Amino acid sequence: MNMLLTYLLCAVSLGMTFLYGSTGEIITEKVGHLNLGTPGVMCVGGMCGCFAIDIFRDMLPPVLLVTVAILACFLGGSLMGLIYSFLTVSLHTNQNVTGLAMTIFGAGLSKYGMYNLTKELLDGGATGSEAQTSFLDATKYFRYPFANNEKLQYCGVMFFLAILIALVAAWILKRTRLGLHLRAVGENPATADAMGINVTAYKYGATCIGCGIAALGGLYYAMDYAGTAGAYKDIEALGWLSIALVIFALWRPQLSIIGSTLFGLLYVASAYLPTLFGWKLPQHATYLFEMLPYVVTILVLIVTSLRKKRENQPPASLGLSYFREER
Amino acid sequence: MSKEIALEMRKVSKYFGDLAANRDVDLTVYKGEILAVLGENGCGKTTLMNMIAGIYFPDAGNIFINGKEVVIRSPKDAFAHGVGMIHQHFKLVDLFTAAENVVLGIKGEGRYRKKTINERVQAIADRYGFHLDPQKKIYEMSVSEKQTVEIIKVLYRGADLLILDEPTAVLTPQETEKLFAVLRRMRDDGKSILIITHKLHEVLSVSDRVAVLRKGEHIATVETATTTSEELTEMMVGKKVELNIERPEPKNTCDRLVVKNLNLSDVEGVQILNNVSFEARAGEILGIAGIAGSGQRELLEAIAGLQHLSTGEILYHNPKTDKVEDLKNKTPLQIRELGVRLSFVPEDRLGMGLVGNMDIVDNMMLRSYRRGHSMFVDRKKPRDLAERIIKDLEVATPSSHTPVRRLSGGNVQKVLVGREIAASPTVLMAAYPVRGLDINSSYTIYNLLTEQKERGVAVIFVGEDLDVLVELCDRILVVCGGRVTGVVDGRTTTKEEIGILMTAHGQASENKAQEDETDA
Amino acid sequence: MHNPDKKTREPLFHIVKRDRISLRKSLLIRVVATVSAMLLCTLLAYVLIGEKATPAKFLSQFFQGVFGTSRRTWIFGRDTAMLLCLALAITPAFRMRFWNLGADGQALIGALASVFCMFFLGGRIPNGLLLVISLAASVVAGAVWALLPAIFKALWGTNESLFTLMMNYIATNLVMFSITKWFYPGKDSMKEMEHGHLPQVLNEYLLVILIVLALTTLMFIYLYHTKQGYEISVVGESENTARYVGINVGKVTVRTLLLSGAICGLMGFLQVSAFDHSVTAQSIGGLGFTAIMVSWLAKFNPFIMIGTAGLIAFLQRGGQQISTAFDVNDAIPNIFIGIILFFIIGCEFFINYQIKFRASQRSKGGSAK
Repeated sequence: MNMLLTYLLCAVSLGMTFLYGSTGEIITEKVGHLNLGTPGVMCVGGMCGCFAIDIFRDMLPPVLLVTVAILACFLGGSLMGLIYSFLTVSLHTNQNVTGLAMTIFGAGLSKYGMYNLTKELLDGGATGSEAQTSFLDATKYFRYPFANNEKLQYCGVMFFLAILIALVAAWILKRTRLGLHLRAVGENPATADAMGINVTAYKYGATCIGCGIAALGGLYYAMDYAGTAGAYKDIEALGWLSIALVIFALWRPQLSIIGSTLFGLLYVASAYLPTLFGWKLPQHATYLFEMLPYVVTILVLIVTSLRKKRENQPPASLGLSYFREER
Repeated sequence: MSKEIALEMRKVSKYFGDLAANRDVDLTVYKGEILAVLGENGCGKTTLMNMIAGIYFPDAGNIFINGKEVVIRSPKDAFAHGVGMIHQHFKLVDLFTAAENVVLGIKGEGRYRKKTINERVQAIADRYGFHLDPQKKIYEMSVSEKQTVEIIKVLYRGADLLILDEPTAVLTPQETEKLFAVLRRMRDDGKSILIITHKLHEVLSVSDRVAVLRKGEHIATVETATTTSEELTEMMVGKKVELNIERPEPKNTCDRLVVKNLNLSDVEGVQILNNVSFEARAGEILGIAGIAGSGQRELLEAIAGLQHLSTGEILYHNPKTDKVEDLKNKTPLQIRELGVRLSFVPEDRLGMGLVGNMDIVDNMMLRSYRRGHSMFVDRKKPRDLAERIIKDLEVATPSSHTPVRRLSGGNVQKVLVGREIAASPTVLMAAYPVRGLDINSSYTIYNLLTEQKERGVAVIFVGEDLDVLVELCDRILVVCGGRVTGVVDGRTTTKEEIGILMTAHGQASENKAQEDETDA
Repeated sequence: MHNPDKKTREPLFHIVKRDRISLRKSLLIRVVATVSAMLLCTLLAYVLIGEKATPAKFLSQFFQGVFGTSRRTWIFGRDTAMLLCLALAITPAFRMRFWNLGADGQALIGALASVFCMFFLGGRIPNGLLLVISLAASVVAGAVWALLPAIFKALWGTNESLFTLMMNYIATNLVMFSITKWFYPGKDSMKEMEHGHLPQVLNEYLLVILIVLALTTLMFIYLYHTKQGYEISVVGESENTARYVGINVGKVTVRTLLLSGAICGLMGFLQVSAFDHSVTAQSIGGLGFTAIMVSWLAKFNPFIMIGTAGLIAFLQRGGQQISTAFDVNDAIPNIFIGIILFFIIGCEFFINYQIKFRASQRSKGGSAK
């Protein structure tokens, strides 16, 4: 029973990584931009946050340190979003290709940056280990207020922030004028334009904010969920799952909360299920377990493609660039 | 009558690449009048209006509204100056409700209450006598309902100058009359109305003055009361044209295609075709009339093997073998393999009939590339065919290797029709083949169809312009909501008769609308 | 009154779609983009690595890494060939707008199939036969890996890009599973195998390069001069048109993806039999994504792909040399590739569109009168 609870908590908290990623991606897709660069954005976001912590860890009190890290991460993600929207919105480039280039770039940059950061922390001898401790100390602040509670330790500030952002995003999309305009841009940019909505501004804004939110997923995973120096290596794969989650969540952030939890359950299944059921598994079998989230994603994709309801389809202009004077 | 100027354009020009869409156009609109902007397709009417509505920015010239010079950079600016445009292709978000579409783009408090906006929209609808459910989603609406939403949208924004781009193209004669009544009511309310059209009789019935454009230039503006359709046509085309379509008597007719009790439902289970039966005869043109979206497209696609039918028969009488084949639920390939020479000019030319990014030669191959057993394609014959069509139909193109999307609408259609006719069909189906074409190209197409008819081809022609249908077709099949509501003789019928059949399922609401009109 | 200050009212510039552009001009734009991206990389390296990476040193090391020794040049050739092979594999799928992001997985599963054959049959049958069996197994495995998403796409329009992407991770895990279960229990990597080596011509690289070049020519002919290639183009341009002329879109999708996956499998076979003689989860190492870039940048034309594959391989090799020479992390080539891609993707805008500034736009209006 205890094990089951740990499993659930672990899954829910890992799910927040997906939730950040998918909420960000949903906002971007709502204005008609399929951003395959999200994995790269999450990597870069995580890196920016970690760098901010490294720079400010001795200068700022914990509350500010966490805030600064989150801001830096958001800013880093938004900057990536700015590159993406400049290319796809202003230069009308192919969204898929641009997104893939972003992921190649973002993953490369963060691996480079994080490797250097962690190497410095690990190789520095006695002072280095001190530095490392002080760096990893930061995870405690991220896990506030449950840092010392073994079960709830992952439910830190960013855990609640993720849910808050998803709910707020859902409310804005559904209930406000801003959301109405945003959806109009993604459904039919020519109409939105004719109605006096600044399509370019909405696209830029939503993409940058969406990327900023997605980026937080990288920081959450690195500093809270994993809390280890090598965590950056996993972020890319988590990013891809976040994009898949958008389809599962029918482009609705509130549904994404459920989807994220489910993905979390699957992702950590190999670590918990065998013990939970008292199976003794050889090492190679764990690799089969690790396939689970991907296999289920595929099943989800197939099932969702069977639904044809109008309201559950992707935004109509998803993937298409908009040029007002097209003739 | 006080003549206060609402809008004035001076020497306005707009270029697309080297092409002058508008050149030094002057135009004046008074308050409380309906001005018709008349011109052929491609003469720059829409471009001109788009500049007032802020979609395009003029390359040169000045625009004055209420006597003050204004700069209209975006639709937002246009609304700010009280200009609202109802586009030919509706600018609506399908997934939103009518009310959501109406308030789209309006600044206001961040959170909006659906109830409040629904009430406000309803109030406007009531004031001008529209029938509209503000909570209905656009994708569930008929064309005329969508148009209503468009008009309410600009009224909601307090527009004083309304631009309507070809508003009647998709309406029945009765709906058109209703629309005109609303327009007159708005004119009497002091609003200025610009209506773009190429239909002369509409110009004469609704407008106060007519501005004629030709090849991007303003030819003249005349009082409607003092002009005639002959004079207007001459101004529009630049020379005297004979506006009569030749209609030879059908010879040696016999049943070629007999359609019995077709039923078709779409993915969501909505019935698109309901017990459709008719026969198309060799040597005559069968017209199909109906409001857009009454199942015409699906009917032709079903015959061409592109729709999956639930029940019904499509019997083809083969003139060579005298055998009767059922084409129901056969693929286009199977139909061809049966020796059925069926040609189809679809409504969506560049999205279905042709491939926009391919050149003319490769487009010629679409129908014939399978010929022969070699695994390689033969481009020699298609090239010859392309050259022949370019020469015979006078297609204006730099070469046969130009991607077809670069050609103008009329030339695209010539390429498509040319290819379909080149297959020497026994049945030729054409959906809206003259949509968007100028007068000369339109008449080329009419002549081609008549020529095919004289060769003994069974021609099926889906049209939207009732004037043309009654002049061109031997018989006219009228559909409404997926049902056949009547078959009339093209030589004896009237537009009004067809119009009533086009809305036959809604007799009740029709009567009500007419009552409303008499009230007003 | 009707001549107020125009400068404040007109937009600064506006954008017009070009009708056509001369080949020279479009090439020039691309070269300018590539060179400026390279300069930015140089600058960035100086910032990232520090003072020891002066621009001169950086560039010389970069070129050293690619062409410094004849062995390095051969490796450059090999990398180009392998990348090109994968790009050729995905091209038919991309020409019909099927976003196959799973080339990685398809090649990896092909490699795994080869390793299976070599591991279990090696030494028991003649090498020639072993190679033939391995090749067949790889091709079939790759084709099957691509077939699954294709079938669902054809049946229900299931989103293929995410499907193929997920198949990558499944392939990775299958490889790890196989290694730990059969090839080298308890370890993450396996020893090189002795059997099933591809014969060498001159050296281990030339034969593979020749095979890929032959494949390039075949693919060009297939795409541009066969009926199947023509069908692929029609489906890619417009599915409605395809249906209208009686092309069975589902059948073409499945057939094309079988071909696409089979060539990916072939690439996996070459990787194993000519170079690696083993398999790891990183055997293909994300090449599937870069292959998309190669194919897309070349506008899906196989011969132009030789050039674009060369460019990416050049960046990869040069970047790796930078990471060894300056002792920095080996992720640095990806940063360079990313930057260059941004520039080349972005420069397409200047090929397709034209920016007209206020003044030039005016004179244009005047001259057209």
